[in-house]
Amino acid sequence: MSETWIHIIMVVLILLVLLTIAAGLIYVERRMLAVWQDRYGPNRTGPFGLLQVLADMVKIFFKEDWIPPFADKKVFIIAPTIVMMAVLMSFAVIPFTPHIGVVDLNIGVLFFLAMSSMGAYSVVLAGWSSNNKYSLLGGIRGSAQMISYEVFMGLSLMGVVILAGSFNLRDIVEAQRKIWFFIPQIVGFIIFFLAGLAETHRLPFDIPEAESELIAGYHSEYSGMKFGMFFVGEYLGITLISALVTTLYFGGWLGPHFLPPIVWFLIKMFAFILLFILIRATLPRPRYDQLMSLGWKVLLPLALLNLLVTGAVVLYWHL
Amino acid sequence: MATIYIDGNPYQVKDGDNLLSACLSLGFNLTYFCWHPALHSVGACRQCAIVRYRDENDTRGRIVMACMEQVADQARISLEAPEAKQFRAQNIESLMINHPHDCPVCDEGGECHLQDMTVMSGHNYRRYRFKKRTHLNQYLGPFLHHEMNRCIQCYRCVRFYNDYAEGKDFGVFAAHDDVYFGRFEPGVLENEFSGNLVEVCPTGVFTDKTLRKHYTRKWDLTNAPSICQQCGLGCNIIASERYGSLRRILSRYNGDVNGYFICDRGRFGYEYVNSERRIPHALKQEPAGNWQGLKKEIAIREIRDRIRAARKVIGIGSPRASLESNFLLRELVGADQFYAGIPEQEAKLIKEVLHILRHSGVRTPSLKETESYDAIFVLGEDVTNTAPMLALSLRQAAKNQPKEKARALKIADWNDAAIREVIQGQKGPLFIAAPSATRLDDAALATLQAHPDEIAKTGFAVAHQLDASAQGAELSASTEDFARRVAEALLAAKKPLVVAGTSLYSQAIIHAAANVAMALKKAGKDVGLFYTVPEVNSMGLMMMTDQYLEQAFHQVSSGEADMAIVVENDLYRRMPAHIVDAFFQKAKTVVVLDAIAHRTGERAHFVLPAGTFAEASGTVVNNEGRAQRFFQVYQPRNDIQSSWKWLQALAADDQLAVANLDEVISRLIACYPELEGIREAAPDARFRVGTQKIPREPHRYSGRTAMLAHIQVSEPKPPEDPDSPLSFTMEGYVGTPPAPLTPFFWSPGWNSVQAINKFQIEVGGPLHGGNPGKRLIEAAQQASMPYFTDVPPAVQQQADSWSIWPAYHIFGSDELSALSAPLQERMPASYLALSPADAKALQLQPGNSVEVNFHGQAIRFPIIIKPDLPGGYALVPKGWEATAGWIFPVQSTLKPVQA
Amino acid sequence: MISHLRSLWLVFKHMFHKRETVQYPEEKPYLPPRWRGRIVLTRDPDGMERCVACYLCAAACPVDCISLQATEDENGRRYPEFFRINFSRCIFCGYCEDACPTYAIQLIPDFEMAEYDRQNLVYEKEHLLISGQGKYHGYNFYRVAGVDAGVKAKGAGEKEREPVDVRKLLP
Repeated sequence: MSETWIHIIMVVLILLVLLTIAAGLIYVERRMLAVWQDRYGPNRTGPFGLLQVLADMVKIFFKEDWIPPFADKKVFIIAPTIVMMAVLMSFAVIPFTPHIGVVDLNIGVLFFLAMSSMGAYSVVLAGWSSNNKYSLLGGIRGSAQMISYEVFMGLSLMGVVILAGSFNLRDIVEAQRKIWFFIPQIVGFIIFFLAGLAETHRLPFDIPEAESELIAGYHSEYSGMKFGMFFVGEYLGITLISALVTTLYFGGWLGPHFLPPIVWFLIKMFAFILLFILIRATLPRPRYDQLMSLGWKVLLPLALLNLLVTGAVVLYWHL
Repeated sequence: MATIYIDGNPYQVKDGDNLLSACLSLGFNLTYFCWHPALHSVGACRQCAIVRYRDENDTRGRIVMACMEQVADQARISLEAPEAKQFRAQNIESLMINHPHDCPVCDEGGECHLQDMTVMSGHNYRRYRFKKRTHLNQYLGPFLHHEMNRCIQCYRCVRFYNDYAEGKDFGVFAAHDDVYFGRFEPGVLENEFSGNLVEVCPTGVFTDKTLRKHYTRKWDLTNAPSICQQCGLGCNIIASERYGSLRRILSRYNGDVNGYFICDRGRFGYEYVNSERRIPHALKQEPAGNWQGLKKEIAIREIRDRIRAARKVIGIGSPRASLESNFLLRELVGADQFYAGIPEQEAKLIKEVLHILRHSGVRTPSLKETESYDAIFVLGEDVTNTAPMLALSLRQAAKNQPKEKARALKIADWNDAAIREVIQGQKGPLFIAAPSATRLDDAALATLQAHPDEIAKTGFAVAHQLDASAQGAELSASTEDFARRVAEALLAAKKPLVVAGTSLYSQAIIHAAANVAMALKKAGKDVGLFYTVPEVNSMGLMMMTDQYLEQAFHQVSSGEADMAIVVENDLYRRMPAHIVDAFFQKAKTVVVLDAIAHRTGERAHFVLPAGTFAEASGTVVNNEGRAQRFFQVYQPRNDIQSSWKWLQALAADDQLAVANLDEVISRLIACYPELEGIREAAPDARFRVGTQKIPREPHRYSGRTAMLAHIQVSEPKPPEDPDSPLSFTMEGYVGTPPAPLTPFFWSPGWNSVQAINKFQIEVGGPLHGGNPGKRLIEAAQQASMPYFTDVPPAVQQQADSWSIWPAYHIFGSDELSALSAPLQERMPASYLALSPADAKALQLQPGNSVEVNFHGQAIRFPIIIKPDLPGGYALVPKGWEATAGWIFPVQSTLKPVQA
Repeated sequence: MISHLRSLWLVFKHMFHKRETVQYPEEKPYLPPRWRGRIVLTRDPDGMERCVACYLCAAACPVDCISLQATEDENGRRYPEFFRINFSRCIFCGYCEDACPTYAIQLIPDFEMAEYDRQNLVYEKEHLLISGQGKYHGYNFYRVAGVDAGVKAKGAGEKEREPVDVRKLLP
């Protein structure tokens, strides 16, 4: 079998695994939220309620796929596909193990940043094309939030890049053989994680879709499979940020040899996914202006300071 | 006007009134039981206690009964004084001691004056722990249910039944707290106004037995302001529906017509609306005897086709159909082809009445106004049976002259007990001349039983005595004496009243009455002339056409017309059967629109289901010429609708299509400018209070989401009413609507009919915005016609040929109410009445039968002997199966039948 | 920031707490006797219908979901000819029970009334009437009422004197 075929199979496999994880997260999230709230969560469909995922998928596939007559039809359809595409593309540069990964780009970090910027289009287009005031408000909030947090997300990553001396994610993982970057880059890690929450508009930063204010924000008008795409996009986003945190700050696939590298990677990634859910179970949503001032007044100066200090340290000790 | 101070605030009240009535007129809530606005004060129940102060320095005052205290200028009273309030609360506690724990099964519950007053006085907990007094009930006939345990001894029932309606078979028994109200033995309450006890009794001792058969609480009824259709007086009623059937009739106060009361025919005669004989949808008969149901649209299309194909279509209207229905029939067939559905004899009589009302220069009083006259001469009418409520009014009028004595003693008009003490059963000048004794005779000073022609002659003679220029008549000695007494009494009176009517089909009587009235007018008297007419819209019908039934039949028998549309009319009750049969044989198509299946309908080719007064809206004109609107009570769940709605659909190319009742009325007025006034009978359909319609249902109406749930769990949209400002729901304006649109009387704290006080400008006075109805005829100042001179010739007794005259019965003579089961119980069996002498001459005993030869048909009647008949003529009940279609008087042999 | 972390920790600890959920339908919850569930019509101690068709429940019902028609038997005992509750409208407020003067209408601890067809939620008298007395025992309205409805003769009730002889005038 040629190299190309192996590559294609690997791409398809990664895609399948990712989509399965995203779908499975629906179940995991509901179950974990229940656990933290002294409930059971879905436990009626199949063993331990596992078939709930299947039931949900069947339901969402058979739901009426309705486009409101007042919507901008083309844009309305394109918007949910953008979020899916952007997130899935980002996974291309993630090195799951030294051998599993779609592509090994030397500008991996930049590629991820570029793709995550694409996500903002999805939100703003969905909000605008719905032709509904709540959707529009959600879309505006979403775009402002995502563009703002992208700035210091990128800046926070620069510390890691300086330490590793490369934009290539594999090189970054290899550079952590001595020490995982979350120790020297603890500030960068925290900023990156918060920015990740905001980028995926997960709770507590789900301001673009705040139910109590905006019905469902930018996807108020969406139903059926198009709504499903936003949904899957969100869970893929969680997975992506968790995978990146693992890669950038927690040594990727590295770990003691009694487990294979892919297992180490998945363990670390799932730990962060659970952290996402725990945060959702715990923290209330801030006000929109609080979110923005946190970003621009706290996280941005911190990210700049972190970059300055990291640069200074690296220059001084010629690491 | 006097100024009185109530709890320190000054108010203007009417002089001479009593304080209770004055307080209620001002809108205060003061508790009372024995006082009734029509029965006035006796001070028996002690419930209207107030504190009266001597002057502004008096702070203690004394407790007095408001109903027994006359209004005096500068009087100071208090309703809110603690001792007055406490007195009222303790008094009602005593009254309630023996009151049973019955409210859940009591028909009065929810509209009970006792409940209202108990709540109003603040008594809310029974402290009495001993045994309660009990009473046995009596059977009181098919109208009233008796539950004596509930009585609180207010005496209103005897005061109405014995004193006001002057019934003889009711009374008070036993003593102290055992007092019992009832008959001396169980049996039918005979008085024709007994039904008013339902409204007069403040609690549930007397309740409506017909309502009991399909009991519904007041708050669950859909009501509409309506007009009683059972005689020509047009009393105002409230008709109420639940679950698609008519549940009861209550009187609707109208200070110009019926006041607080209605007769038993009007109150209990409604059940024909729920009858098995109602026609629910269109029917077609082809071939004969084979009936098939038709959808509404198909029936309309087929009849339209027939009309198009017909040579000429005639329309036969009806005195029991509304003006609107008669008018649209006229529009459908053309004015020349429209005929009043009554025989020539009756049509001409009513035309004559109309002519006299317009030109005699004598005022026709309203029904209630008749109570203000002080001498009455009744010519030929048995008013208790032909126009029942008039009898009740005349009884009050007859007391006016005796009451003068009480006035001379400075006894206030409201002091009922004192007035009766002064009168002592003395009779006023009421004179009745009729073919037989009437139920009103006991109130009359003198009566005359005579042949109808003799009665007419008496009338002429009276007129001649009053004014020698009027034509006189030869009378027998005894009659002469009667005539002289009448003439003297009428001349002595301030306001004499002459009453006559169409019931004996005698033009001479109507003319004689007019002569008497005109003569009195000439003598400078404030005279009234009151004619009764047979049916609810007899006057209205004859204001629309001059053509009558015989002419209609001639159109068909001559072959000129081959199709007829008959609206709300049973021709077999109008004309002898052989004439009607001939009409049906000749007519190619007959369409009958009626509510009830009858002989005419059976022979028709198409029958369309018309609405009764409960399912239709329209306008009728009563004997006084007063146009009054009745409103649809409910929307039936079948094809039944107003006749005029059917008729407007029958015209080709929707030429007659009308949007609502108001449009019919506009067109009607364009044709008949003299009927302009009917527009003012009630506000039109665009009327709103603010933006709100007036709800037919009280705001506590229940069961909306369950009453039709067994058919379909999703509730249907409520029906809409394009014809009136009333809605079929409970949503809308809660308050006092214009008087003609008042569907029920209710006011906060006043759930019983006593809430009427809140709808009147002053207690017993006109309703807010004026009493409903619009008089279409007002007499001119001066007579514009001469005296009548058609004195009938002396009565010739022919051997072997008897003249047979109609006798009327309140229960049975009216076509529709006679179909109601409770009334049927009170209908006598068919009979032929003879004087004892005549019976003897014919060798007849009571219980024998005779055969009357009516147009070759032998009709058998059981004989009854009436000692009050003078002899020479016989009486048969009008409107009975055996006498349907008779044109009176009938001349016939009386052939005894061997048993 | 510290408080946020503490919250996270506290929530995390709930992983090891006892679940509050009652696993209905395997596990039935305890419903107190005065739970406002399905409405029934009860019978009096003599086994006759308690309802006297007074219409008070219908009047009290805020959603107007009760409708009935009163009728009488040959003894004059009043009872409902039909009695219909549209449970698809009922809000189980219990006002009807409060309004009932005879303890006839009662709400019981049964709530398992789900139906696939809304029409099946319209209950007629035969669905509502039970054979027992429900929560309130021993009361028979017609024994304490003033009317004679075939249950007791006039004057034979608990707090009643013999009917008055109206022809005596003794003090």
